[in-house]
This record gives sequence, structure tokens and C-alpha cells, in this order.
Amino acid sequence: MTVPTDTPESLGQEREPGEGQPGESLWRGAFRRLRRSPMAIIGAAIVAAFVFVAVFAPLLAPYEPASTQWTELSTPFFVQGPTSDHLLGIDRWGSDMLTQLIFGARQSLVIGVVSTFIGLALGAAVGTIAGGVGGVVDTVLMRFVDILLSIPSLLLAISIAAALGKSSIALMIAIGVAQVPIFARLLRGSMLSQSRSDYVLAANALGLRRRTVVMSHVLPNSLGPTIVQATLNLATAIIEVAALSFLGLGTADPAVAEWGRMIVSGQARFQIAPWLAFYPGVCIAVTALGFTLLGEAMREALDPKQRR
Amino acid sequence: MLRFVVRRLALMVPTLVGLSVLLFFWVRILPGDPARSLLGQRATPAGIAQVNERYGFDQPIWRQYLTYSGALLRGDFGFSIRTKESVLGVFLDKLPATIELTVVALVFAILLGIPLGYYAGRHQGGWLDTAIVSGSLIGVVTPVFFVALLLKYQFGIQLGWLPTAGRESNRTNPDHPTGFYVLDGLITGNLSATWDALLHLVLPAIALGTIPLAIIVRITRASVSEVVHEDYVRTAEAKGLLPGLINRRHILRNALLPVVTTIGLQLGLLLSGAVLTETVFALNGIGDYLYQAISNRDYPVLQGFILFIALIYSLVNLVVDLSYGLIDPRVRAS
Repeated sequence: MTVPTDTPESLGQEREPGEGQPGESLWRGAFRRLRRSPMAIIGAAIVAAFVFVAVFAPLLAPYEPASTQWTELSTPFFVQGPTSDHLLGIDRWGSDMLTQLIFGARQSLVIGVVSTFIGLALGAAVGTIAGGVGGVVDTVLMRFVDILLSIPSLLLAISIAAALGKSSIALMIAIGVAQVPIFARLLRGSMLSQSRSDYVLAANALGLRRRTVVMSHVLPNSLGPTIVQATLNLATAIIEVAALSFLGLGTADPAVAEWGRMIVSGQARFQIAPWLAFYPGVCIAVTALGFTLLGEAMREALDPKQRR
Repeated sequence: MLRFVVRRLALMVPTLVGLSVLLFFWVRILPGDPARSLLGQRATPAGIAQVNERYGFDQPIWRQYLTYSGALLRGDFGFSIRTKESVLGVFLDKLPATIELTVVALVFAILLGIPLGYYAGRHQGGWLDTAIVSGSLIGVVTPVFFVALLLKYQFGIQLGWLPTAGRESNRTNPDHPTGFYVLDGLITGNLSATWDALLHLVLPAIALGTIPLAIIVRITRASVSEVVHEDYVRTAEAKGLLPGLINRRHILRNALLPVVTTIGLQLGLLLSGAVLTETVFALNGIGDYLYQAISNRDYPVLQGFILFIALIYSLVNLVVDLSYGLIDPRVRAS
């Protein structure tokens, strides 16, 4: 592993006899491939920076959040651009733009992670029960998933959020539930394919209980694709949070900085200060890019076909 | 083939019935009693009593559902709280605008996406391939409404090249026999109206088509780069077939199957994206109306529109499945 002069490509070819020894686990191999993928490194760096900013927002932000003390610097005729006091200028409501963007990261991270967790937990429960129990239970649960899939996911999220009212919690539930079908299908599919594999046959032949087989053999082996999907879904969730806020479905509390809503408010001053909408838009895109790159690199790394 | 279609259509029935149940109970779980949430802020005791009687909210819940689903079957989807229009009527009225937008967006994505993806797949590792792949990644992660705003600002407001709001300039064409403004101009012989309607579609369609474009590029690239290494391509080359023929008949045709699946899957994205795009460009389609219904908590409209969208979505997915047969003889045979 410590051949610093080798490029990733030459490493892959030269070390072929040593690669993927029978003893190397899928996870270890995947991690090794991940560390060599530029896509994974860029993605992980963006995600790490985003999480760092979100977690340490109060320490990093130059001002208090939502302190609208510079209203005279944001009028329909003039908006203060970057200065040494305000590195990214003043936002629509007279707050420091950089501060708002930093706290916006926090909002995106919290809603993104919680909603993906809701989707993952519910979806995994539905998928595991359907795939593990089978029969009528499977049919009923999958029909239910089909119903949810018959509505485009963002529209599903919109209708749930519209019913729950304007709050961050409503957003989390709405975006989370809209993800349930994806995870349910994914887990059920991989449970079914696993249950026909040799090691499950072996476990069954040994007389292990069905629950033990599902929980300790089938489920752990379905974990890889699920983690990949969750990472990719975080990107979608962050974009959907912004989209729902853009439609006026986010939190109604003006003190909470949210990137999607910052774009909406920036729209009002688009003619004289297009950057008001531009900065938060770029933040959304870059964060989503980070999770997408990381997720796709993980998918490639975990792909057994890549094992040589 | 016919049996497959019938089976698929039959499978749609329980899904739509299930959806109608969900949508029915959806209004029930809203905080407060249903009459109050239907009436919103304008709820008066007299109004609530009237709504209770009209919608039968005082009856047992199963009977309420039967009444509701019976009305649905008769094509009665209720009335908008805000405008008092029939939900079905409004939907049909707004549908052409959204179809026009999504079709133009999809055509844009396909016409640009397949050639770009094909080129990138054939020239992997080149600088243009790298540019195409990076561009498609950025396309996937940029929110639709943000692209829409940037286009509107740059090409509409800054440069003034293209219109940024509405479906036509004032009184270009007073006659709209079909509601499809591009077609209406052709039918009534008013070509300048067609041109005008198309100009109004350019920016919204590019904004809406960005994500499908990026996805089509990526899938086409991946698919082409896989097919290129197939044995039958090598055989075709060994036989001395003309490169153009190999590219068209052997590579492109086989590479297209996953692309068709992807194009079908884009429909959900397009319908969701239409809500955001129509809002930015004031396009007065289904999405724009749905947005207003959300802002005004106009539940009958939301219920009806979601049901219609689900129906269209399921039907288009069926058409996509059927179209595999046209491209892939193996599917036709089975």
C-alpha cells in the first residue's frame, strides 16, 4: 500500500497478483479503491467542508445569525456588495450574506440528514419485512410502495409538506416519506437476490432460524447499496429542501437562514444585485455535487465487478 | 403484446384506487376539522355547516369515501375553493401549456444529450469527454429553479433576447382552438404566433431540460462505451462494414435501450420540475396552478391534480415499456 511514486492506474495493474486476495473483505477492498478515486476525494472533501461549516457555524460566522442591522445597505436601489466588513456583502433583508450562508448550511444539513434517515428507516423496515416475510405481506407492502411511486417524488413531498404546514419538521417528514419507496424497493430487491445465494442456502441448511438468517446474513450484505443510495439521496434531499422552500413550503420563521428561501428573497433584487440569488444557488449545487461524487465513487468501489 | 398491455392497465387500477384512498384520508389528517381546512381562513360557522352538508362530513367515514370515489368515477373531481372552477376543467385547460413545455424540454434534452453522450462514449478520456462529463455532473446537481432564474436574468433581462414571462406576447394570436399555442398558430395560419409561442418556450424548456439532458448524456456515454467492446461490434469491423453503418446499426441502436428507459424515467422529474419552471416563467400551466393551490391550501385542486398526474405518469411509463419492443427484438419475442 505504501508505494507513493506509483499512480493509481499503474498500481492497479502492477499489483494484480496481490489485488483482491481471497482474504480481503469487500469493505476493505472498497475502501482501498475509494482512497484512490479522485472523484471520491473531491466528493469527500466537499462533504467534510460542508459538515464542518454546518457544525461550527456559530464559531465561523462573522456575525450573529439573522441580525438585520444593515437594512440601509439593502434597498430596492442599492445593495451593498463585498467589503472588508462583509466579505460577500449584505443580503436582501440587511443581514451579512456570509453569516446567512453559513447558517444556511446548518439548516440544509439537519433537514437533509434527518429526512434521509426517515426515508431510510421507514424504507428499510418496509423493504426488509416485504423481502424477508414474503407472501401476502410482500404483495400488500409493495402495492403500497407502487402507490407512492405513482407520484413523482418531489410532488409527493410537496403534497405532504402542504398538508403539514410551514415548518422545518414538515419538510423533514415530507422529503423523508418521499424517499421511502426508493429504499423499500432497494432493500427488498437485494433481500430477494441474497436469499437465493449459496451462503443463505447454507445457513438455512444448518437449520438457523429465519430471523437469524435475515438479520445476520441477508441484511448486512444489503448494506453497501443502501449506504450508496443514502449518500446520493442526501444530494437530492438538499436540492428538494431548497425547491420546497422556493415554493414557500419551508419554515415560516424568518430568523432561520435557508438557501432556497435566500434565492427567493434575492429574486426581488435580481436586477441590481443578482449575486443575492447566485451565492445560495452555488452553495446548493456544490453541496449536492459533493454528496453525488462521493456516492457514485462509493458505488463504483463497492461494485464486485471492480474487484480484481 | 395485447395481453401485456391489458395486464399493465389492470395493475394500474389498484394503484389508482389506493392513491384515491390516500388522498381522501390526506385531507382528513389535516389539523382541525375537514370543513375548516377546506374553507381555510374564510371559515364561518355558516360556511362550515354548509360544507359539512355538501361534502357529507357528518356521515360515517366509509360512506364518505364511497361518495367521494363515486363522484370520481363520474368524473366529478370537485371544485376549486379559490376560484370555484371545476378541478377537471381547470386541469384540462392548463394541461396543453405543461405538455408543450415538457415535450420541448425533453426534445431539447434528447437531441442534445444523445449526440453528446455518444461522442463522449466514443472518445473516452479526451478533453471534450472530460468537459462533457463534468458539465453533466454540474447539470444534475444544479436546482431547476436556480437554472431558470439564471437564464431568465441573463438572456431575458440582461441581454433582452428572449421573453421571460407568459406563453405569448400580447394579442399575437387571439384564437386558441387546441390550447397548444405552437399548434394553434399553425392551424390558424398565423405563423408569427407559432414563432412567438416557441420563443416563449426557449428559456423555460432549457431550464427544465437541463437535468434530463445531463442524465441522458451520462447514460448514453456509459451505454456506448460498453457496447463498443461487444463481440458483434468487433465482428462487424472484421467483416469490413463501413464505420458509419457500424456506428448506426450496431453501436447506437444497442446502446439506446437503457437510454429509452432513462428517458421514460425523466417524466417524473419533468412534471415536478414543471411546477418550479412554470412558477419562475409565469407559464400558466398545471405546475403554476398547483403552486397557487399550495399557497392557498386549495385541497380539492391538490387532490385532483395529483391524481391526474399519477394517471398520466403511469400511462407514460406503460408507453415507455412498450417502446422497448420497437427497439429490442428480444423484448418483442418474449
